[in-house]
Amino acid sequence: MTFELFLFYLFAAVTLGSAIAVVTVRNPIYAALFLILAFFTSAATWVLLEAEFLGVVLVLVYVGAVMVLFLFVIMMLDIQIDTLKEGFIRYLPVGLLVAVAVATEMILVMKSDVFNKVAIPDPAPLSVSNTETLGEVLYTEYVFPFEVAAVILVVAIIAAIVLTLRRREGVKKQDPSKQVRVRRDDRVRLVKMKAEKRS
Amino acid sequence: MIPLSHFLIVSALLFSISIAGIFLNRKNMIVLLMCIELMLLAVNLNFIAFSHYLGDVAGQVFVFFILTVAAAEAAIGLAILVTVFRNRRTINVQDLDEMKG
Repeated sequence: MTFELFLFYLFAAVTLGSAIAVVTVRNPIYAALFLILAFFTSAATWVLLEAEFLGVVLVLVYVGAVMVLFLFVIMMLDIQIDTLKEGFIRYLPVGLLVAVAVATEMILVMKSDVFNKVAIPDPAPLSVSNTETLGEVLYTEYVFPFEVAAVILVVAIIAAIVLTLRRREGVKKQDPSKQVRVRRDDRVRLVKMKAEKRS
Repeated sequence: MIPLSHFLIVSALLFSISIAGIFLNRKNMIVLLMCIELMLLAVNLNFIAFSHYLGDVAGQVFVFFILTVAAAEAAIGLAILVTVFRNRRTINVQDLDEMKG
């Protein structure tokens, strides 16, 4: 067994183990942390496949942004774990059945020699880095999808803000423009009156 | 040299684990979202494996776009989750039955 194969088995085992933990643990926080582990080991697998740029992006974007968002939301919400886990045992047989069926079907297809014949034995070592290759294609051939991706991100930002924005009634808060617009006459009233006599 | 089918089998197992997760955690909306992320991860692994073994960089470009869309989807999904929790005080999917007609 070569060192590369050993690394592959190690990363694959950790990925699958943490994926099983994600779907079985009780506490959503632990699930999120196991998902982070799954992402890390998958990034390592991608590096084994010479996709370094995407491995780094997976760690930066997923572990650094999306999973932090997940953890943030989990901690912000007040969740009762007990009620959420009930029915776990009830759905276990059907879930396992479907998963095993899907897995066997896919593995039977993939064990066939077709996919191993497809494989080019050893791709020539690239003279330029993976990032450079990806950038060259991304900004020439795929420039329109790239722009569409940017638009999708903007739409996602706006949608997330609009969905969570709320105006609560009856909350005392300052309105700066109103404060600036205030004139002296709005606040001070001079009253003229005679001095009262001493009794 | 690792054969291509190894990567495909890992990806298939990851995908079926996340399918099982959707069945098992059908009450907890957060874990459902996490299972969708796991599914996308399995799909991405397939794309990258094929891209490597066919020597075609298009697969990696596609993974790049999948990552973008998945990040957008996670952001909007969590925003909806927060809104639902704010209105109903629960994230149990089976309590959200107002539109069942």
